[in-house]
Order: sequence, then C-alpha cells, then structure tokens
Amino acid sequence: MTILTFTLIMLLGAFAAGMIGSLSGLGGGIIIIPLLTIGLGVDIHYAIGAALVSVIATSSGSAAAYVREGITNMRLGIFLEIATTFGAVCGALISTIAPGSFIAVLFGLTLIFSSINSLRKKEEHVLKQSSPLARKLKLEGSYPDSKGQPIAYGTKNVLGGFGMMGIAGMMSGLLGIGSGAFKVIAMDNIMRIPFKVSTTTSNFMMGVTAIASTVIYLQKGYVQPGICMPTMIGVLFGSMAGSRILIRSNPRKLRIFFAFIILLLALNMIYSGLAGKI
Amino acid sequence: MNKDSFTDKTLQRIVGNLLRYGVWTALAIGAIGGIVYLVRHGHESIHYGIFTETDKSIGALTGDIIDGVKKGSGTSIIFFGILLLFLTPALRLVLSFFSFLIEKDYLYVIITLIVMAIIGISISLGYGH
Repeated sequence: MTILTFTLIMLLGAFAAGMIGSLSGLGGGIIIIPLLTIGLGVDIHYAIGAALVSVIATSSGSAAAYVREGITNMRLGIFLEIATTFGAVCGALISTIAPGSFIAVLFGLTLIFSSINSLRKKEEHVLKQSSPLARKLKLEGSYPDSKGQPIAYGTKNVLGGFGMMGIAGMMSGLLGIGSGAFKVIAMDNIMRIPFKVSTTTSNFMMGVTAIASTVIYLQKGYVQPGICMPTMIGVLFGSMAGSRILIRSNPRKLRIFFAFIILLLALNMIYSGLAGKI
Repeated sequence: MNKDSFTDKTLQRIVGNLLRYGVWTALAIGAIGGIVYLVRHGHESIHYGIFTETDKSIGALTGDIIDGVKKGSGTSIIFFGILLLFLTPALRLVLSFFSFLIEKDYLYVIITLIVMAIIGISISLGYGH
C-alpha cells in the first residue's frame, strides 16, 4: 500500500471513528485500534500510540467548551489526576513488556464493558451532604442547569473513587484509550457526583492522564507520525460532526445501534488475539 | 486578598481558551507537515505490520525533531504538531498551579505538584530499560 492510499483510508476511517465515538459516548480512540489492527494490519503498539494522540486531541477540544461553561470541576479533576497519572505510568510500562495478543484480548473485554455501560440509564442525582474528607479537599462544587442557575452538589467515598481512578488510568496507559467509562463509574457510581459533572470532568482529565503514558510511548517509538497525522485530523473533525448529529437525532436508538457494532468489534479483537493474529 | 482580581471564573476562561487554541495550532501544524510528507513520499509504500521498539530520551527526540523541522522534513513537522498537542494539557497543569498559588490554596498547589512529579518520573522511566 502506498503512503497516499494509507493516509486517505486513515482519514476516512478516523473521521468515522470520531463520529461513532461521539455518538456512542465512547470516545474515538476505542474504534481507532480495531480499525488499524484488524482493518489495516498495523501492529497494535503503533495503534495504541495513534489512539492516544486522538484521545488528547478530542478530549482537549471538547473539554475547552465545558470548562468555559463552568460544568467541569477542576479541583476534583486535578485531585483525581494523581491516581490516573500514576495508574497510566504503570499501565504504559506493562504495555511495553506485554505481548500484543494479551493487549488485544484485554482491549476486547474493555470494549464489551464500555459498550454495555454506554447503554446504562443516566440519572442526575445530587448529593446534599459531603463526607468530611471531600470537604477537606474542597471537592464540592456547583454546575449551571439548563437555565443557568447553579446547582450545588457534594461528594462522598473519596478513597473508593480514587482507587477506581487508578484502575481507569492503568487501562488508559495500557490500551491507549481515554477510559472514560471507568472514570465516569468512579465519579458517578462511587463518589455520587452528578452525571453531567462526571462526564465533563472525565473528559477534562484525559489529556493529562494521557501525557503521563505518552512520554513513555514517545521514547519507545509507539508514535508514528505517518499514522498519527491522519488519525488526529480525522478523529477531531469526526467527533465535531458527531456532536452536531447528536443534537438532531434520538441518542437512545443511536447508542443501542453503536453498542451492538462495538460488541462485534470487541469479539473480533478477542478472537484475533486468542488466535495469535495480533 | 482581593478575590475579584482572580477567581475560578477567570481560570475557567483562560484554561478553556488554552485548550481550544492549543488543539487547533497543533492540528494546523500537523496538517502542514502531512502535506509536505505526502508530496515527497506519497507514492512510496509502507509496512506498519512490525513494531520496532526504539529507546530514545525525550531530549534526544526533541533535538531530532527540531533538526528535521529546520530541514523541512514532513514527518518532523508532524511530530512537532504532535508535541504541541501533548504540551497543551501539560501547560494547563502549569497554569492551574500558578492560579492556585495566586488564590493561596496551598493544598491544591501541592496536589498539582504531585501530578507534575508523576509525569516527570514517567519521562525517566520510559527511557533506558
């Protein structure tokens, strides 16, 4: 395959990945890896590097808007980044010694988990009373409702959430994904932070979590400019297009459709990994 | 302390802008590099099927990229764009460090420092093993 053909296929593929990512609420990185490994025969290590580049691009791009609107809880994000960056460094180091087939199977399992999780019913719950540790760390906050009125919320189970964030960071370092699903579970289910704040803060954290593992990837040669360039451009524009479509469509039906596609991708990854093809 | 001069709202605006412009600048440079790369090497064939591990310190890597950019190498310009993309969230961290310092929120000054230290450690861990 010539470089020109590869770049054009990647541009289109990454655009689709970005669009599906934002429509399914999963992030583009998760679709980039199967596309590169199964679709184009690229080694999984290069695919991880490209996915992480696309994660940083899309998360910074969308985090910008949420931060300006004041939905993101920056203190909470920075505090939990201790856990995610530490986890990411461990994950990236494991990934440099783990065989490709192990990574493929683990990735497939994460995909299944994430796609089921994307179908979960999202309810906004607001916790009135914070735990003493949460108060000490100033993790309480408020976010604007649809009319711009601030809704105050508290949080609890700081240590539990912190531990889960470490796991999220490790998956992110191992697989080159944003692991938004794990981060949201830590904040939404464990710390009882309102869903809207959880998703936007998770997005905000991805960039810093990703650079912790990316420095390791860079030095090990995971980041291939020829693969990352079309990926970064395609995913960013794809996710922008996806968020436009989302406003005009029924997200519930779209999510079920894409969760099904991602499930198939996951099974394919697991099969390829077990069969030693990756 | 004058709370009006620097509040969380100011920080939200600055961080929001930094993230937005950082991403677009990185993307623009990456695209320019991509065009140069395609014009020069577009017809060549590639094999990404086998991963070759490298072991280059971030300093040596940055040096190579700067040399390459001076020579007008497409891949180096792309790499430069990617480095800028990585710098965006890193700068965001540095920025929040100073804003917590201005707000005299020393607990969060320390928390931000811990995060920066972990990233610093990962630079040394990723190289020479």
